Amino acid sequence: MGGYVESAVWLAYGPMALVFFLSLVAAFYYKPKWVGDPSEFRVCSITGMKVHIPAGSLIKANLWMAFLFLALGGVMAFGVAFTRWPVVHLLPDTLFYRALTMHGLAMLVFWIVWFEVALMYFTITSIIGARLAAIRTAWIAFGLMLGGSLVVVLTVLTGNADIMFTSYPPLMAHQWYYWGILVFAVGAFFACAVYYVTMAVAFREKVITGSLPLGVYGMSAGVTITLLTLFHGAVFYFPTWLWSMGLFQNIDVVIYRLIFWAFGHSSQQINVCMMIACWYMVGTLSIGSKPLNEKLCRTAYVLYILFICIASEHHLLVDPAISPAHKAFNTGYFMHMAVLASMIHALAVPASYEIALRKKGYTQGLFEWLKKAPWSNPAFSASCLSIVGFGWVGGITGVTFGTEQLNIISHNTWRMTGHFHGTVVAGTSLAFMSMTYYMIPIALKKEIAFPSLAKIQPWLFGPGVILFAVTMMFIGGFGIPRRHWDITFSEAAFSFSFNPIVSVGFIICAIGWTMAIIGGLSFVVIAIGSLLNDKEVE
Amino acid sequence: MSLYTPEKHWWKPMDREEMIWVTIAFIWCQLITFIMPFSHAYGKHNPPAVTSKASTAEYGAKVDKFIAENKTGEEAGVAVVEVKPEVKEIYIVGRSYQWEPVLKLQQGKEYILHLSSGDYEHGMSIQPMNMNIMALPGYDYHLRITPDQAGEYFIICNEFCGAGHHMMTGKIYVS
Repeated sequence: MGGYVESAVWLAYGPMALVFFLSLVAAFYYKPKWVGDPSEFRVCSITGMKVHIPAGSLIKANLWMAFLFLALGGVMAFGVAFTRWPVVHLLPDTLFYRALTMHGLAMLVFWIVWFEVALMYFTITSIIGARLAAIRTAWIAFGLMLGGSLVVVLTVLTGNADIMFTSYPPLMAHQWYYWGILVFAVGAFFACAVYYVTMAVAFREKVITGSLPLGVYGMSAGVTITLLTLFHGAVFYFPTWLWSMGLFQNIDVVIYRLIFWAFGHSSQQINVCMMIACWYMVGTLSIGSKPLNEKLCRTAYVLYILFICIASEHHLLVDPAISPAHKAFNTGYFMHMAVLASMIHALAVPASYEIALRKKGYTQGLFEWLKKAPWSNPAFSASCLSIVGFGWVGGITGVTFGTEQLNIISHNTWRMTGHFHGTVVAGTSLAFMSMTYYMIPIALKKEIAFPSLAKIQPWLFGPGVILFAVTMMFIGGFGIPRRHWDITFSEAAFSFSFNPIVSVGFIICAIGWTMAIIGGLSFVVIAIGSLLNDKEVE
Repeated sequence: MSLYTPEKHWWKPMDREEMIWVTIAFIWCQLITFIMPFSHAYGKHNPPAVTSKASTAEYGAKVDKFIAENKTGEEAGVAVVEVKPEVKEIYIVGRSYQWEPVLKLQQGKEYILHLSSGDYEHGMSIQPMNMNIMALPGYDYHLRITPDQAGEYFIICNEFCGAGHHMMTGKIYVS
């Protein structure tokens, strides 16, 4: 066991450390050309802030990829969802498992990471108003990510990697799968480097004076966690890749799972950081909200960085090999301190919204501010639904299922699937959708297409996801397993049927799935329509 | 405002409401942390704590020996095993795509159920009680269990293990 870990660390951290060292050397010798070329900037009519024009095409390219992968993941979601419902049972078994693998990768990796890269460039160039340094490197990052993701998609769709998103060994994909993932990750690493270099240059050139704005601070926390996450990813993907080529024997499954979730869970914390940054920024853009206490909000972000990266064991609570004391400590002090951070934001974000709306004069009674909030502004409504979905549906259930004893009755059942659709879909994806409604006008100076469809889009997507996520958790309590083609066990040696109430649950799920898929599809139409829109923001 | 540089000195004390909220949240986090070791000391449904290493070949040989010694019949082509009253150690293995053997257990008796996998990662999910424990190749997980209700239990696999994952089932009888 020890031998594996040591060689894995050397193989993975060695090249990474080399890249890191070389980039430090490069940063030392890097002489920025003079920057203050005013023709590269314009003033945004929405925010009144400087926007770096050349970064626009890069943001646009990354957004294109994000939306295309969202569409691909959505198609897969349709196939997966309506195969799970025994009444429809759409796809045959192999295709179902393939679609499920593709769905996980397209959504959780490609849509989210592409969008996050666009969001990183957006905050640094359109909110801070810095010039995007190392723009060529940013395009190289784009190319690497594009190449990597296409290789992964082709490998999965041709049936060479039916191993699910988690790719637990001894299940083995074709080596090209790991190639693709690694190249994509290197691209993401370069994008993070561009973000930091841009920020360093902006400090040096006095574009940033004083503390970072809270939204950008949150983004930076996310990027910091990204670096740690990518290192974890390299530690297990690199040896697994060698193993897939036959150059490496004996992958230890427990070590793999431990490091996989150090990567997998931290990557969710990147999403959380950036999602909360979106909540703050959308609040300011739509209703002029102001963070309550900068100290508190920033401390919460630091708690994320410090604690979540090592809290991978709540995925392994019913696994052998790790002792209960270790599991309890890892889940308790590491995860729950990050939970505390989420609890802080759970007060700070809605409270800032309420104060901003009360300042507008909606002060009658307890809830006038809520009644008169701009619910027809898609960015605002999406952001509010995202707060409800993440906190009340995804977050709180995650914390309870992550208790050792409760995990026995929820591990790998649909409770988990419901939980993470609450966090990642109702939470992160919806927050990113809400941010899109401001990102495209601010960074690209394009108006949002189909404005009347945009008004209802969050109201289809958000409640749809929340409905099916809650129902999945409910019927998951009766033991419905995740990632399963046939819960009627028609081909199995022994037959069993679940509590009949689950068939009612499936009908409610189907309503939620339909709403979410229509909402997601409308978002793709609106978003791509806006990217193609000729109409400029006044 | 979250888009603009904050004023120079933003390190300010919290308001009373914020203080109350953070205190409540902190206490809640401590409670859910505390509940885990507390349940290990006083609860009756904890994740098992004992593991030993056993390669898939070693473990498979143990299970085959166990089946050969205690086999009483077959059901749907799978060996049915009933141990003598004095035997405490029983075995189950997840192989693509079957849980073996079918176990016949006595109500109220304490067993050490050894759980592992013969090939890929499997998830042992006992229904309808909904108890889920992982079976990982290379590790023998010692589950201390006392079946307290008579009846027929059904095992499914809830960790994706390959193309026939949905066909993987098993059975436990308690009488």
